[in-house]
Amino acid sequence: MANQSELIPHLFRIEYRKIVAVLCSKFSFEYVELAEDIASETFLAASELWGQKGIPENPTAWLYTVAKNKAKNQLLRNTNFQKKIKIQLDQDSSKEDIYELDMSDKNIEDSQLKMMFLIADSSIGVEAQIGLALRILCGFGITEIADSFLTNKETINKRLNRAKEKLREINLSLEIPNEKEIKNRLDTVLIIIYLLFNQGYYSSTQDIEVKKDFCLEAIRLCYLLLNNPLTNQPKTNALMSLICFHTSRFDARHQTNGQIVLFEDQDINLWNQELILKGEYFLNQSATGNKLSKYHLEAAIAYWHTQKNNEIEKWSQILNLYNQLLILEYSPIAALNRAYAISKAESIEKAIEEALKLKLESNHFYFILLGELYKSKDAHLAIQYFEKAFNLTNSSSEKEVIKKKIDLLR
Amino acid sequence: MQEFLLVFRQEASNVPPTQLSPDQMQEMMKPWQDWMGGLAAQNKLANSGNRLHPHGKVVKPGHLVTDGPYVELKESIGGYISIYAENLEEAVELSKGCPILHHNGNVEVRQVVGM
Repeated sequence: MANQSELIPHLFRIEYRKIVAVLCSKFSFEYVELAEDIASETFLAASELWGQKGIPENPTAWLYTVAKNKAKNQLLRNTNFQKKIKIQLDQDSSKEDIYELDMSDKNIEDSQLKMMFLIADSSIGVEAQIGLALRILCGFGITEIADSFLTNKETINKRLNRAKEKLREINLSLEIPNEKEIKNRLDTVLIIIYLLFNQGYYSSTQDIEVKKDFCLEAIRLCYLLLNNPLTNQPKTNALMSLICFHTSRFDARHQTNGQIVLFEDQDINLWNQELILKGEYFLNQSATGNKLSKYHLEAAIAYWHTQKNNEIEKWSQILNLYNQLLILEYSPIAALNRAYAISKAESIEKAIEEALKLKLESNHFYFILLGELYKSKDAHLAIQYFEKAFNLTNSSSEKEVIKKKIDLLR
Repeated sequence: MQEFLLVFRQEASNVPPTQLSPDQMQEMMKPWQDWMGGLAAQNKLANSGNRLHPHGKVVKPGHLVTDGPYVELKESIGGYISIYAENLEEAVELSKGCPILHHNGNVEVRQVVGM
């Protein structure tokens, strides 16, 4: 049944992450792999049974019942669990069924929040944090994750297993992080969401649907933070704003054949106005307190980019923002974008002068920028720069874009 | 790459008043942000430093405390940043873009020496 094969993968991802989060929250992160197995087996059972007997009236209730029973069976067999946690749980809730899973929206949200903060641990590297977030928090498959990182399943599996092991050693229970913990870890959590979004937006994988799902997941996770008073801070709103602005251009940026359409060439009609409005809303929400974060600056820049015109005013504001962003934190892309803003706000000559100082000779975007700046002054030199960029990048979709630029100049 | 401290000095009388309108502030800050942004873009800004309040004190031996610095010296330190450069010559080159030079001020460039 065509219906069913669409229902199960979508359902799987959403319910998988809920079940895993609630199980870990209830029985501790130590049992994360058990939790994942239970979730996977539940969906295996669903695929088999529903294939034969059709989809039940209430699919999620069916899944939760099966997951709970599997959890109970597994944990009854696990002697460690029996010793450690059962005594504790029996003391806390002697009458309640200790294996009962609270799948209410509130508990799911709380469990995912706890999980997010647990993953934001400095003992594991950033790539592992994003990988874990994608797998456990978002429910993406190993293949999807590997594709987005342009690597293979073995690498991702190794990375995730090592990370889980590390976390198990130090974090045996998911507590609601106290205010101090939240303060310490919120920045890391925001970085994870930011990078997760970047994976979706900039990854060179050809699977557009998955990329979009990554972006939407970043929005969902950010919403989780905004819904909780402790994590609903100005910088959280700023991050949400910037993600909304960028995501609003996702459809315009990605053609169905996998090609990337750059900003200048995008069809404005494909920009999602609802997301732009959301971006503006959250930008306003973020304008409180006295701490300017890089997300505030990036969100403001993203706001100006939704004003599609070339007035000097817009570009001098953008230049201003890039100056502040770089002074706060250096990044090669910000440096390149700053030079581009100078070409619009001041002059191409000044931009070339500033660009050449950057000397980012191993970065293909550096040569793309120089090519762009020179294209109206010295087409021959521009082509040379574009060719250097072409040779430096491995991405076929980027090579396409560069080739087009070269062709336009010939 | 070495780190260099850049100390900005100005004639005490040239120090801008602390009460400025937002537009005036913006206008005053722009050349500084352009210059520092340029340094930061080259990944050479080590520390964005601070501006200093024009009024302060000077503590001397014998615990003598005087109002300062403008009574003692004609110039007062307005602020500082630190940058990365290959050598003193490069640090000096980079300092030539400092806006204070257009306001009758100067930049002292000193290499930071680890302890």
